[in-house]
Amino acid sequence: MIDLKNLTIRKARVALDAKKFSAVDLAEAYLDEIKKKNKELNVYLEVYDDVLEQAKVADELIAKGESFPLLGIPLAIKDNILIQGKKASSASKILENYVASYDATAIAKLKKQGAVFLGRTNMDEFAMGGSTENSAFGVTKNPNDVSRVAGGSSGGSAAAVAANLCLGALGSDTGGSVRLPASFCGVVGMKPTYGRISRYGLMSMGSSLDCIGQFAKNLEDTQIIFDAISGYDILDSTSINDDTYPKLLDKKELTIGVPWNLVNGEGINQKTKENFAECMKKLETLGFTIKDISIKNLEIALSTYYIIMPAEASTNLARFDGIRYGLHKEGKNLMEDYKLTKGAGFGVEVRRRILLGAYVLSAGYYDAYYGKADIARNALKREFKTAFENVDLIATPTSTSVAWKIGEKSDPVSAYLEDIFTVTANIVGVPAISIPSGFVQIEGAVDNGLPLGIQFMAPHGGESLLFEVGKKFEGVQ
Amino acid sequence: MDIKDVSKLAELARIELSEEEKGEILKDMENILGYIKQIEEVKVEDEMPEYNTYNVWREDEIRNENSPEASKFSAELIIEQFPDSQDGFLKVKKIL
Repeated sequence: MIDLKNLTIRKARVALDAKKFSAVDLAEAYLDEIKKKNKELNVYLEVYDDVLEQAKVADELIAKGESFPLLGIPLAIKDNILIQGKKASSASKILENYVASYDATAIAKLKKQGAVFLGRTNMDEFAMGGSTENSAFGVTKNPNDVSRVAGGSSGGSAAAVAANLCLGALGSDTGGSVRLPASFCGVVGMKPTYGRISRYGLMSMGSSLDCIGQFAKNLEDTQIIFDAISGYDILDSTSINDDTYPKLLDKKELTIGVPWNLVNGEGINQKTKENFAECMKKLETLGFTIKDISIKNLEIALSTYYIIMPAEASTNLARFDGIRYGLHKEGKNLMEDYKLTKGAGFGVEVRRRILLGAYVLSAGYYDAYYGKADIARNALKREFKTAFENVDLIATPTSTSVAWKIGEKSDPVSAYLEDIFTVTANIVGVPAISIPSGFVQIEGAVDNGLPLGIQFMAPHGGESLLFEVGKKFEGVQ
Repeated sequence: MDIKDVSKLAELARIELSEEEKGEILKDMENILGYIKQIEEVKVEDEMPEYNTYNVWREDEIRNENSPEASKFSAELIIEQFPDSQDGFLKVKKIL
């Protein structure tokens, strides 16, 4: 029996290379676990039928003496990242039977290392949401408490890692879709600097915000996946390389900025505030200097996000028209084909955002909304640049509270407000990570309590700082 | 915003919506717009939108089909995804 609960990518690598167990043994252990738990949790939309064959190929390579960090490591992939020959539906009816005709760059890189793909994970339809309640194929349940959401939009990937249904997972993060579910499920989730991991083969939502990100149980594993999938890619026109941003100086002592105004503001749960304050004390003990910072336009970030994102999404989703792939509904003429296909294929939240995006981009409102949001985005970028002249990292809680009850946030604005801490990193384009910061007791919740996360943001290109602070913080958790 | 605006947007976005759903979307949109109108408070005197536009595409070039950078797309895989096709072509209804 392989102890999946305490297994990490690093430990599995050592065991595979030492032939303590084979990649097939490992894959079988995960398939068994998935069989036991997936029905209840609804983490995987599909478990691939060639998992053991993939594992066999990995074993053959291991037998030849090959070793890559992810060779034979079972991973879960969000349903909006393409793997050639496999279905990729974005948890939408409009792509329910779509089969990808090429590999995303991140997938191609994982394949090169011989990683094993277990299956595709549930998500909010087209990554629009923070809870997977917007999936066309049912909600993913939180492994810590099945009456609660796993967070979203990459809820399936986060829950898969938390419930030991994979060793690591890919998600995507447009406004917090990796970090929020990581926080809700109690795992590590990271979004890189915009452009650091190629978006080629990731279904676009908000193109200027979208990032592929990764989930793992700890910092070391998170870094292993990041190292495997990051890097310049000619197939992504917004891809960056090591020279895009100035190199950060090696410093012995790091300063962490905290926008206390926002953290202690309205709408943030008291338990979250307490947990965060404790984290800051621990970081101080670890030798970090904590500094209060004020970012004037931080409170406007959420409005900025909920203008830019739907504007870009409404443009990107125009391509799903039932003509070249995906669902097709037959009408009397071409226009009717479009309308019926989109009407039948898109869920409620997706329609809402498409219409909202069309509205903020329409002639009469463009200047008041989209134009203004673009200006606010620049202001925020400038303010972050200034902030990072005085501090090395910025810390906030990842979420306002613990995972909410399924069905609790039925009106859209109340769900949008949950993104308050996470959207800024996407607007500005900086890397950010959510790290488990302990369990808190909440009235009406399970006895063990529910997980919370702490978020760190670093300057552009500063992923190494996130790993550094993360590993130190993890050591005292 | 009123129900006519929702109909107009749905028409532009080519999404078939029932009257009932239009009503629901109108309510949601009013709430969302009520929230995002905070954007009006942003002081913009010293801010200009920045359009950092430059050509990110490479120049066209002819590539040997055996080169590692040649396209690995398979026409078969793409055609298989067409809802309707004939002789390897995508079939659509009359456009004009």
